[in-house]
Amino acid sequence: MSPKSPKSPKSPKSMVVLDPGLLTTVQDQGRHGFAHLGVPRAGPLDAPAADLGNRLVGNPAAAAVLETTMTGVVVRLHRAATVAVTGAPCEVRVDGEAAAYAEPVSVRAGATVEVRAASTGVRSYVAIGGGIDVPPVLGSRSTDTLAWVGPPRLAAGDVLRLGRPTGSPAALDVPVGARRSTRWRLLPGPGADQITAAAWELLRTTTYAVSQASDRVGLRLTGAVLDRTDDRELSSQAMVLGSVQVPPSGQPVIFLHDHPITGGYPVVAVLHPDDLPACAQRRPGEPVSFLVG
Amino acid sequence: MKCTRVGLDALLIEVVDAAQAVDLASWARTRIDAREVVPGACTVLLDGLDDVVATRTQLSGWMPGSAMSSGERVEIEVAYDGADLGAVALLWECSTEEVVNRHASVEFVAAFGGFAPGFAYLDGLPAGWAVPRLAEPRTRVPPGSVALADTWCGIYPSASPGGWRLIGRTDAVLWDVDRDPPALLVPGTRVRFVPL
Repeated sequence: MSPKSPKSPKSPKSMVVLDPGLLTTVQDQGRHGFAHLGVPRAGPLDAPAADLGNRLVGNPAAAAVLETTMTGVVVRLHRAATVAVTGAPCEVRVDGEAAAYAEPVSVRAGATVEVRAASTGVRSYVAIGGGIDVPPVLGSRSTDTLAWVGPPRLAAGDVLRLGRPTGSPAALDVPVGARRSTRWRLLPGPGADQITAAAWELLRTTTYAVSQASDRVGLRLTGAVLDRTDDRELSSQAMVLGSVQVPPSGQPVIFLHDHPITGGYPVVAVLHPDDLPACAQRRPGEPVSFLVG
Repeated sequence: MKCTRVGLDALLIEVVDAAQAVDLASWARTRIDAREVVPGACTVLLDGLDDVVATRTQLSGWMPGSAMSSGERVEIEVAYDGADLGAVALLWECSTEEVVNRHASVEFVAAFGGFAPGFAYLDGLPAGWAVPRLAEPRTRVPPGSVALADTWCGIYPSASPGGWRLIGRTDAVLWDVDRDPPALLVPGTRVRFVPL
């Protein structure tokens, strides 16, 4: 890693981004109450992992953290802070020295924190004591990657303010449980009758694979084609988080936190909210199967 | 009115048209404890409900037309020089001047959003004036473009790809996160277009 010089002078209250990785965003608990104006909720895709990170460093649950994508992130802190990396497991290095994953780590002012590529899963979370204090937009510090409401994605050289720590780091917390629910539960959706009985049987019995085109907007699946009972486009209707939509291709999409507010294709089911964090960590090519209630 | 449970804590209510959806949404916004109240073309989603069963009961208190009059009025100045103005005149079998007259004579109601922050589907064109979307969407529609598709009118808040037929443009600021509310056209707003 060759450190780059920050765009603005060192501030004791900030950190500088040295390498943003593939996609690193700021996320808090999301933006609520603006869906009718076309604003996605955003927020961490693996919310329990982000919550754990905040607890480990002594932050309130509403503090903003960083969410990485596959390849990690490298930052340099301009003040001493407690840092915890949770979510997708990965190597953590502080000034080149191995540091703990999913534990609070004391980092001195001026140190470089390297969150390496995830060994499994997709998204790691970096919680810093005091939280990431970028200016909130519509009440939230979350980046929404559909409409780009909120702070921009991290870029090399960005200087981000850190908040003032308010709590003490937690010595111990619940271990990060591997969420290995192999079959994800489907709840009924408003368009349940808009795919054929044969399509429901395929959804129940076959295995899909996560597509390369998946992102914070949705987990796109490839596998058995789901036939619709009616190919007409529906009039636009609002969708909930976890909506399982069947577009004309017949390949289902599970909508995640940055999903479009309204859609014109059938929403045949809704993923159980407890299975959403697993969506955040499933890689392209990995299998997905469903439990239909 | 058909009411369907969606997931664990949401209800989707089907009504007959956009006007009823706007009406139910504004009624529900002041009476129902939902995290989000989101109208669609002929539905309203109530999301993040504490008690789905109690909400169902509460919904029986809504009568179509009970909240309609509350929408604010907004006038939007338009330069009618859109790239598809002539094509719309052909579809409507009239002159371009007549397209402008007709468009400016309608009182639209912002029905629902969802395409982009600040974009509103404006309801009000009669069914006979429906226009098909472009067969090949444009890769970039300039911000402020006033456009038609089916019986909807819409204004692009920011540059984006789009398949609607462009009839004019406006300088009105449709989206500003430092304004409250950030959208100029919230659902229920009554809109008139004024030729420049």
